[in-house]
Amino acid sequence: MQRFIRFIKDFSFLDLLTGLGLTGRYLFKRKVTVQYPEEKTPQSPRFRGIHALRRYSNGEERCIACKLCEAVCPALAITIEAEPREDGSRRTTLYDIDLFKCVYCGMCEEACPVDAIVLTRNHDYHFENRGENILTKEKLLAIGDKYEGQIAADRAEDEKYR
Amino acid sequence: MEGLLLIGWIIVKIIAIVLVLLLSVAYITFMERKVISYMQSRIGPNRIGPLGLLQPIADVIKLLNKEVIFPKASNRYLFVIAPIISLGTALAAWAVIPFDKTAVLADINAGVLFVLALSSLGVYGILIAGWASNSKYAMFGALRAAAQSISYEIAMGFALVGVMMAAGSLNLQTIVKAQSGGFLHWYWLPLLPLFIVYWISGIAETNRAPFDLAEGESELVAGFHVEYSGAMFALFFLAEYANMVLISALISVMFFGGWLSPFQGVPYLEAFFAFVPGIVWLLIKLSFFLFCYLWFRATFPRYRYDQVMRLGWKVLLPVTIVWIGVVAMAVHFNISPWFAEV
Repeated sequence: MQRFIRFIKDFSFLDLLTGLGLTGRYLFKRKVTVQYPEEKTPQSPRFRGIHALRRYSNGEERCIACKLCEAVCPALAITIEAEPREDGSRRTTLYDIDLFKCVYCGMCEEACPVDAIVLTRNHDYHFENRGENILTKEKLLAIGDKYEGQIAADRAEDEKYR
Repeated sequence: MEGLLLIGWIIVKIIAIVLVLLLSVAYITFMERKVISYMQSRIGPNRIGPLGLLQPIADVIKLLNKEVIFPKASNRYLFVIAPIISLGTALAAWAVIPFDKTAVLADINAGVLFVLALSSLGVYGILIAGWASNSKYAMFGALRAAAQSISYEIAMGFALVGVMMAAGSLNLQTIVKAQSGGFLHWYWLPLLPLFIVYWISGIAETNRAPFDLAEGESELVAGFHVEYSGAMFALFFLAEYANMVLISALISVMFFGGWLSPFQGVPYLEAFFAFVPGIVWLLIKLSFFLFCYLWFRATFPRYRYDQVMRLGWKVLLPVTIVWIGVVAMAVHFNISPWFAEV
């Protein structure tokens, strides 16, 4: 008897028609595609994108070359060399981040005592030549200058949870 | 002179059919991507041209610009001939498809036989491609495709035997005319099991999902055409889609009354739709079956190889043989309205 019922079920294509009905309904359902450059998904203020070095509002760079970020970096992506500047303050002479090594964990940002190295929200960047994966101090500072408003706003929003 | 003119006229007709066919193939690939992405809640290609309508043209340009690579260990002559055989047979079968009352390229009395012969020859394209590539994946893919096509050829042929008996002719034009009398007179109803068998084996014959295990990418990379690239790959691609259109056209002609209007015999609608040329009805039916191809691909998971063989030999073949007996009885005793004596 059971075999007979199965026989009828198989030959009536019940299962296949159910499946076709499902895909047929989905044909008319709302589409979920986000058309990327024009539309974007919402982003958290904690998003970890490309790095930046920040400055104080008087234009002085924040980084004091304590090398905590270099020490904490799990991927060994940060290289720092430091020397005293003419005015006697300790500053970096070399601050390189290798973006191929970086895993965007954000531990450098957490380690930094002066909030100098930060991860910005910008994630859609690319390189066109070899060697551009190394972010030098100048590039990092330029990124920081460019996105300072966004960076400061994100940090302020996140302040109470720190 | 007259003969030359006639030949010229035939060549014009051939070019017209082939051009329209190739253009429609290009847009079927586009529709396939659109339909499948809609069924997956995506929107599909929409960047090139308005609504993405120039996408197939961009694809063609891309394929033609790519390098054609000949594997060092391949048999070069067969390697080149294989895609030509595939596409040639897929296009040649269109000669006997009736588009309207009089519009058919070759109104021959062995039309069904011609179609069967050409679809069998198409397997050689696949087999030769797999063998000439001298690659294990291509070889396995070709063997699978050949075994599958040959198995389903039998069920397909038997399904057509039913149609032949019902219509009493091998001429496709006669088969269409024998179905006249409205929607319920078409052969899909009296030959329902044969229609379904033909439909399933048509999908298997073209190696499309869910029977596309000849190119199961998880097992065989791409099947028989792994080693092909650029324009030669484009030929295989064209052949596959041209075969899909052909099978859809054949289903429409054999079981859905070809160019006949579905409103035949319905009091007012028949007169109202009388202005619609037959080719439009054929195209509507054909498009429906083409859409089903895409629908099935979006719905069904791929069969396992032994399941494909079991379905072909143990299910479809017995069903057709039984129903051929039924049809023989029905024709013998002139069961109306389908098999009434003319």
